[in-house]
Amino acid sequence: MSQAVLGARVQRKEDARLVRGRGRYTDDIRLPGMLYAGVVRSPYAHARIRAIDTRALEKLDGVVRVYTGQDLKGRLGSIPTAWIPPDSDLKTVEHPALAYDKVRYVGDGVALVVATSRGVLEDALEAIRVDYEPLPAVYDQLAAMKQGAPQLHQDAPQNVALHWRAGTDTEDAFRRADVVVRRTFRQQRLIPNPMEPRCAVAQYDEATGELTVWATTQNPHIHRFLMANILGMPEHKLRVVAQDVGGGFGSKIACYPDEVLVGYAARDLRAPVKWTETRSEHFLVTTHGRDHVDEVELAGTKDGRILAVRVRAYANLGAYLSTAGPGVPTILFGLIVNGAYDIEAASSEVYGIFTNTTPVDAYRGAGRPEATYLIERMIDSYAREIGMDPVEVRRRNLVKKDQFPYTNPFGLTYDSGDYHQTLDLALKTLDYDALRQEQAALRQQGKYLGIGFSTYVEMCGLGPSQVAGAVGFQGGLWESALVRVHPTGKVTVFTGASPHGQGEETTFAQIVADRLGVPLDDIEVVHGDTDRISMGWGTYGSRTTAVGGGALALAADRVVAKAKRLAAHMLEVPEAAVEFEQGRFYPEGDRRRGVSLQEVTLQAYLAWNLPSDLEPGLEASAFYDPTNFTYPFGTHVAVVSVDAETGEVRLLRYLAVDDCGPVINPMIVEGQVHGGVVQGIGQALFEGARYDQDGQLLTASFLDYAMPKARSLPRLETLHTVTPSPHNPLGVKGVGETGTIASTPAVVNAVMDALSPLGITDLPMPLSPPVVWEAIQAARQSGGVS
Amino acid sequence: MADERVALQLVINGRLVRGDVEPRTLLAYYLRDELGLTGTHVGCDTSQCGACTVLLDGLAVKSCTVLAVQADGCRVTTVEGLASGGHLHPVQRAFQEEHGLQCGFCTPGAMMLAAWLVEQEPHADERAIREALDGLICRCTGYENIVRAIQRAQALSEASEEPGLQRAEGGRGR
Ligand code: FES
Ligand code: FES
Repeated sequence: MSQAVLGARVQRKEDARLVRGRGRYTDDIRLPGMLYAGVVRSPYAHARIRAIDTRALEKLDGVVRVYTGQDLKGRLGSIPTAWIPPDSDLKTVEHPALAYDKVRYVGDGVALVVATSRGVLEDALEAIRVDYEPLPAVYDQLAAMKQGAPQLHQDAPQNVALHWRAGTDTEDAFRRADVVVRRTFRQQRLIPNPMEPRCAVAQYDEATGELTVWATTQNPHIHRFLMANILGMPEHKLRVVAQDVGGGFGSKIACYPDEVLVGYAARDLRAPVKWTETRSEHFLVTTHGRDHVDEVELAGTKDGRILAVRVRAYANLGAYLSTAGPGVPTILFGLIVNGAYDIEAASSEVYGIFTNTTPVDAYRGAGRPEATYLIERMIDSYAREIGMDPVEVRRRNLVKKDQFPYTNPFGLTYDSGDYHQTLDLALKTLDYDALRQEQAALRQQGKYLGIGFSTYVEMCGLGPSQVAGAVGFQGGLWESALVRVHPTGKVTVFTGASPHGQGEETTFAQIVADRLGVPLDDIEVVHGDTDRISMGWGTYGSRTTAVGGGALALAADRVVAKAKRLAAHMLEVPEAAVEFEQGRFYPEGDRRRGVSLQEVTLQAYLAWNLPSDLEPGLEASAFYDPTNFTYPFGTHVAVVSVDAETGEVRLLRYLAVDDCGPVINPMIVEGQVHGGVVQGIGQALFEGARYDQDGQLLTASFLDYAMPKARSLPRLETLHTVTPSPHNPLGVKGVGETGTIASTPAVVNAVMDALSPLGITDLPMPLSPPVVWEAIQAARQSGGVS
Repeated sequence: MADERVALQLVINGRLVRGDVEPRTLLAYYLRDELGLTGTHVGCDTSQCGACTVLLDGLAVKSCTVLAVQADGCRVTTVEGLASGGHLHPVQRAFQEEHGLQCGFCTPGAMMLAAWLVEQEPHADERAIREALDGLICRCTGYENIVRAIQRAQALSEASEEPGLQRAEGGRGR
């Protein structure tokens, strides 16, 4: 195999089925005798359940069974959270799969209906009558903390779920500062909306006691681990399968009541059961993201040196603690609020609050976009305060190349980087000086052009298990891989990661092809099935290639090491004198004689003549636990124009310069950047969940929740620098979330830059035309320059 | 009500199909549940996402907005019918070559829309392509590579003898 396989724009193996419409998504499954399940959901944000009347269902043919919360109470465990940040006094409140006394958000399930067809199910869901006693509700985290606010859980006074702090003392730095900048930012609630709604299909085998659950999950083994407990069944009798999953973005990490209920019903009814979320349900019940109110203070000198930053965050966690919910606004946010900057003192304090809203969990970037937004917006605010170009402020404060490994004020060790290089490359590509001149000229004509930067760093490649334990994640974060070479030399690879759009069937095959020297077509990557893969932690936190790929590289190397011993035996030379290159073993310095990996493999299986201490067969596994996180970084720049008459923001250019270490497949990496960037642009300009006073979600469909569309976007420009991570076998850093992390502040900074002649310093996201237009009107009326 | 069924007959991917459905059955579900053509996806319940797009008598339509009985007597092409004679349609090739898909969930609908667009407006420029994509929501790609894929499909179609779509529909003339 040529060396070119790593770093090549190899077309994706998964596309062969996907472009033919032959994907295997969960909802595509149809089993003989399969029943359809649906959940009756609360229309109230907060209410007591008085009674559930199912009598009307008796007249409906085809209704198999109805389960209410009372029916299941004591039969199913509580849906747990899997992240308990230390010293946060986390209130691990009960989360029943079906509410039995009180509902706590619109969408909270109260009954499960199982019917013989989709049509009957729809009729049945409408026919059930639930008598509620509505209670006062609260959707806003600040309001929820006030005296006298409605209480969601008895065990969480004032609705405080957690209170967590980290960092260093900042008092001294603030005393020494020439300038202190204070801002409060609201990072609005977002709805992940992968295009595939969630789904679960379960089948129980009475004879063996085995339950199979096909589910839309990013982490089937975590699902099995949690569900075995909730369902009260032995883990080895539960199989969780995620075949093709149509996007997740964090929203398919959590173990939800729905898949638990489907598993329960299939076991109870001895029949296969399917539940498929409607999009309307998705808006209400699949976890949301972000939703912070952040108070930030920055201390600096007047010549552009940042001395300290401190943050107090109020994170809305929704009605219950989701699987990773408590970890997102604490560990994944609070430990990196200094961003890519060398700041001597920093601290964060986080309140996690229960409200009568959909539970909040990871959404692409998970905590790190929130942290990056704060620091990147603060940098621009500070630059404006001291009258310095924001690029210059960045240049003066970015961690320098010779400072790596760099330990930040929270104790994280940034692995490697050349942050200034990405900035320089971005400036050169844009011709920054010319752009500023153009901006000045346009301002003369009363036109608003803005340039916004975001020089971000991300902590990803989650992560060292020891650290996972120290920060309260109730699992490990290593990854497993098994490389099996079959007797004919074909290869099957099993990974504990669970990609769902990221293309690892291809990148992982590239890694193995490179290590073993076999053609890509001879390699099959298997993922997402707890029966075929011993254990794994799944795909999130941009960990799959760094950690899962690392495991794979180690496993492949072990295969080669074993094959080498046999090759030495076959070639009759000492093992130390065997060289391996492009799939062939040679005696040192002798290219005429040699055996291919394929020939060696066959001998390994035949085992007619093996060295006495060598076992037959050829496969190897690895459980790779990284020693650190990885820290991709880069510079993103948005150029916008703002139409003062309509308030419309137009993106003129978007440039992403990223460094995620060596790139295995540039085509896939660019695709990840594109998608990530657009999700971040979505937050900046279009998306935002809104509730009314009663806790009703106002943005509950694609009609009301504005997803980014092709027509609102410019061509995206992507560039890379390459700084390997020093601590993983491939040097890779992860790229799944960088775009989302970087782009939101770049766009908002650009709009604020455009509006700076009007004296506008900050506006709440999303920067929709009415928000921008009103701000412009207000500024003009109060005498700002037009 | 539930057991009252209506007979229908349509040509799906060049094959005559006869069956009967509950009158309220949407075409999308008829294709998926009754015919096992699960390539057509359902991504929403408000007719916005376009994942369910198929060709109905040559027109790109969202199959979740059409009752199966309304398609009675029509020709339907789904993603499964896009390739012909073992050859991928130019749009399928282009999506693959330009990485126009990630999770693949919006892809069948995106490709049907693209196939229609490439046939209707073979020279649509980038702006026009972006506007034509208004009926599609893709959460993965940021649309960048879908746009590039459509541009490439235009080039591939132009280079090939026959317009790809007609080939996919079994050499039908218009
Ligand atoms: S499923 Fe038809 S438009 Fe969404
Ligand atoms: S490829 Fe995933 S939604 Fe478009």
